Amino acid sequence: MSDKPPIITFENITKRFGKMVAVDNVSLSVQEGEFFSLLGPSGCGKTTLLRMLAGFETPTEGRILIDGQDISAVPPNKRPVNMVFQSYAVFPHMTVADNVAYGLKVDRVPAAERKRRVEEALELVQLGGLGARKPDQLSGGQRQRVALARALVKRPRVLLLDEPLSALDAKLREQMRTELSTLQEKVGITFIMVTHDQDEALALASRCAVMNRGLLQQVASPNDLYEFPNSRFVADFIGTVNLFEGVLAVDEPDHAVIKSPDVATDIFLDHGVTGASGGVIWAALRPEKIELRKRPDGSVAPNLGDAPQGANALAGVIRHEAYLGGESIYEVEIEGGRRIKVKRTNLTRWDQEDFALGEAVWLCWHACSPAVLLS
Amino acid sequence: MEVSWTKAKAVFAAALGPPLFWLVLFFLVPLGIVWAYSFGRNVGLTEISFTGTFANYARAIEPLYLKIFIKSAWVAGLTTGLCLVVGFPVALAITFASEKAKAWLLLLIMLPFWTNLLIRTYALIAVLRTEGYINMSLGWLWHGGGMVAALLGLKPIGDFQPLELLHNNFAVILGLVYVHLPFMVLPLYSALDRLDRSLLEASLDLGAGQMRTLFRIVVPLALPGIASGVLITFIPALGAYLTPDLLGGPDSQMIANVIERQFKRANDWPFGAALSFVLMYLTFIAIAIQALMSRKSPEAR
Repeated sequence: MSDKPPIITFENITKRFGKMVAVDNVSLSVQEGEFFSLLGPSGCGKTTLLRMLAGFETPTEGRILIDGQDISAVPPNKRPVNMVFQSYAVFPHMTVADNVAYGLKVDRVPAAERKRRVEEALELVQLGGLGARKPDQLSGGQRQRVALARALVKRPRVLLLDEPLSALDAKLREQMRTELSTLQEKVGITFIMVTHDQDEALALASRCAVMNRGLLQQVASPNDLYEFPNSRFVADFIGTVNLFEGVLAVDEPDHAVIKSPDVATDIFLDHGVTGASGGVIWAALRPEKIELRKRPDGSVAPNLGDAPQGANALAGVIRHEAYLGGESIYEVEIEGGRRIKVKRTNLTRWDQEDFALGEAVWLCWHACSPAVLLS
Repeated sequence: MEVSWTKAKAVFAAALGPPLFWLVLFFLVPLGIVWAYSFGRNVGLTEISFTGTFANYARAIEPLYLKIFIKSAWVAGLTTGLCLVVGFPVALAITFASEKAKAWLLLLIMLPFWTNLLIRTYALIAVLRTEGYINMSLGWLWHGGGMVAALLGLKPIGDFQPLELLHNNFAVILGLVYVHLPFMVLPLYSALDRLDRSLLEASLDLGAGQMRTLFRIVVPLALPGIASGVLITFIPALGAYLTPDLLGGPDSQMIANVIERQFKRANDWPFGAALSFVLMYLTFIAIAIQALMSRKSPEAR
């Protein structure tokens, strides 16, 4: 896939609104057929980046290439991209079919072909037979499908989606998420989606770019973003994480040890650390990667096998519990008063009763579980 | 327990009473009297006997007066059309101006409102009359042109003939457009300003140019604003009195001028009243048409 030239390239894109820097020297490329996601908290510049691609904003610096062509001078109505707006922006004075046909009429597609393509597009988003409806007779989810059909019927090189699921309720969001992904596979068009919802990005995207304050933080597959974040920001923004600040005490090619004043145990890693300059580093440990064990009086620290005795194990007391049905989230207070989040899948119907508030527990984890962060 | 004030009858009456009383006493009652006059007949100089006759109305739709009604409607319609053509780009420009410029532009639009109509009309006379500012400027240009022509050794272009800009229908239309432009611009602006910008972006995104976006998206969605702008301009223009009186010539009198003459010089109050009510019925019809149109297009609201 990477041998092919990218369909979209952002080259050192900077966008300033007055003194505010919305996008700060972002370089990024998207390959054909990808479901690419721009992810970040609100105000991180992701929407500005998308709007620059659509042509509604002009970069202050840098170039945007589509299929290798600089499109800086191309107005929005001449770009081979189409957008699904956050508000859907379905024309309220036109029927569903007229909405979808709008872009085809502009392109002077003959009436017969236009009719056929409109029907196909409506079929594709499962709105077949609703062409005569007016937008105010549709639900929010249906209006979004109109917006999707209207953009897809133009057969764009790239489909841009601005927070496509944010206005839907939870159940519908789940359903649309699956549908979007099926739709992308079916039409084979490159999708670029802006979202602030990390679950949405992880579930849908083949690759994500995480942004914060106009800066690109990391571009990676959802799996890599979650398991191998490159900064505390990414680790914390994607999912939940326990962060331990410390220094590298041992750094060998096949193992390393982080000593952290936060915890009364060595954090043992089964790999060496590259790029650490001897300063402060962080170990990031996801709640589901910590195992919870009972701690009767006089018990010794458990050992998961790949760490020396006493490392990767903490004594604590359960202080809070959130039962979520399929899983439970425990907050375990360790020595020094810090609370560690632990997630435990309820494998049987009685699992949840195993650990009670105030119970003494051991927390332990594998040597491969913590991610090491240098920034 | 807290009750809605609309349910507390005493409060409701106290709040509604005075304005209702005011309206009935100073609007409905006099209007009713004039209405009654329109079915009466002059006896003597000041006395009117109520006879229940329709003669006044019959006279009001005689060709002589019907022509003036039609002409008034035509002048008001032309004024409204010109206001729309001039006002729409202005309203569009204000909508898309920066927040800071917006306030100033709106102020400029409303500024004439705060000046007396009579003063504004006399100012227009000063601009338009034979020795007015337009003719003065044109005269200078003509004179300058003549001097250049003389220098170049061309044939002299003769003396400047001032344009007849005042006391004709042109002056009336110009004055009416000038006076009524804010009535058109403000409702248009408020409709355009409410327009969801992402609809315009969606149109561009789908490949439409600026012109197509204007006529397929902006204008249809601004229709309620256009309708109320048209109505709010047409109605006062139809009943315009001062502008045709001061700027018009002998053939530019509108229905309000005729009505005025019935009440004053002709001293025929019953006929004046009938003419007034015909004008009012026309207004009601215009309002009804607008209401009907806005009901037909609920999605455009």
